[in-house]
Amino acid sequence: MYSNRYIFIYSSVMVIIVAAILSTAAMVLKPFQEKNVRTAKIIDILTSVNIESEKSNAEDLYSKHIIMEGVINPKGEIISIYKNNKFEKGDIRAFEINLKEEQQKEKEFKAGKIKEQPNYPLFICNKNGETFYIIPLLGKGLWGPIWGNIALKSDLNTVIGVTFAHKSETPGLGAEIDKKPFQVQFEGRQIFDNNGNFTSIKVVKGGVDMLPEKDRIHGVDAITGGTITSTGVSEMLKDCLENYIPYIKKSINN
Amino acid sequence: MNSEKSDREPLFSLKNRKLITNPLSKDNPITVQVLGICSALAVTAKLEPAFVMSISVIAVLAIANVIIALLRNTIPPRIRIIVQLIVIASLVILVDQVLKAFAYDVSKQLSVFVGLIITNCIIMGRLEAFAMGNKPWPAFLDGVGNAFGYAWILIVVAFFRELLGSGTIWGYPIIENLGFYNWGYKDNGFMILPPMALIVVGIIIWIQRYRNKDLIEDK
Repeated sequence: MYSNRYIFIYSSVMVIIVAAILSTAAMVLKPFQEKNVRTAKIIDILTSVNIESEKSNAEDLYSKHIIMEGVINPKGEIISIYKNNKFEKGDIRAFEINLKEEQQKEKEFKAGKIKEQPNYPLFICNKNGETFYIIPLLGKGLWGPIWGNIALKSDLNTVIGVTFAHKSETPGLGAEIDKKPFQVQFEGRQIFDNNGNFTSIKVVKGGVDMLPEKDRIHGVDAITGGTITSTGVSEMLKDCLENYIPYIKKSINN
Repeated sequence: MNSEKSDREPLFSLKNRKLITNPLSKDNPITVQVLGICSALAVTAKLEPAFVMSISVIAVLAIANVIIALLRNTIPPRIRIIVQLIVIASLVILVDQVLKAFAYDVSKQLSVFVGLIITNCIIMGRLEAFAMGNKPWPAFLDGVGNAFGYAWILIVVAFFRELLGSGTIWGYPIIENLGFYNWGYKDNGFMILPPMALIVVGIIIWIQRYRNKDLIEDK
């Protein structure tokens, strides 16, 4: 009934029309989508220091509270400072840094494949006169990436708050990492022990009570049924915070 | 002229009205045909995502039905399923993009399920069974009807799951404001999990069959 020729032409024309429609739509909607992603990122950063914000006031609160965006290299030197909407040093904005690319760079840099050093973003926040340091995190969960922010007090040791998010962890199990009850556990935990050694914060299967007394301040309870996601959070904290040790040591000694 | 006019069916003839009303009750895609269950379980923990999902399915199904009905005489039968899939997939991508631009929070909650509208059997089913053999207007009504049949079940299930599971309605903490918690009432966390959606759907099917004996199969 229909010749092969007809079928070929029919499908080609259809595919071209569909492609045109979809790419136009993607282009038209892109600015809106990017703005949403940006706002979501700002809200995430602010939530880690317990500043409640909404879509409408996120930008304002961000420029009010985040007094500096810094970029740090693996030696712990600040290579870029962005303050009051202008660069005081360097030309990289911490906000624009793509953690995934930096982690790839880090891997290749450590293996000696490339010379370019990875950059680590750091946000410095002023809330009611107190200074907080916010470090973005990125790691692997069970099904996909997990990410978040951890905020440290001015001693660069005690945690004031965290946020976690995930792409596709199991609802009710691993997905609980983005819920308050899991995140509040981190408040007041410490990432260094009394001797100044880096301990990170471990998400402990079976609960922090399994740990010896002195280590409990470096641990939180894991999620029942979400073991791999919980381990992922531990790894993410360790891997990301590790990169800031040189900077933290320097800042504290000064 | 007159004879031609009388040949044409009125827009809302009995037959056309049936296209809308049947899927709402005795030919409901979820409770009678038992299609689209997967998304009905997944997005009904809260009212808002269920509502957005319903709107999305209504839009996709109505538009896809019209497009396929318009193209029905040109589509080569050998590639008709592919053509249907392409139409559905493009519409779903459009819906997904629009949600990401204008309802970002909801689109994050719905995550993969918007994309999975493509695999919702209701849509393919209606295109293949109805739109391929009917004119655009009835196809549109059929699409709207079936999508509404899907939507009202979703909304009812989401209403009960959110009320009993989280104690809220559309995020409004109604149980807390009524003071039930002070009397020792607790939210049922089980309602949030997918199995309870199945049970709520089951209860709806039970009530429906109790009221409409035609639906009960012969033993």
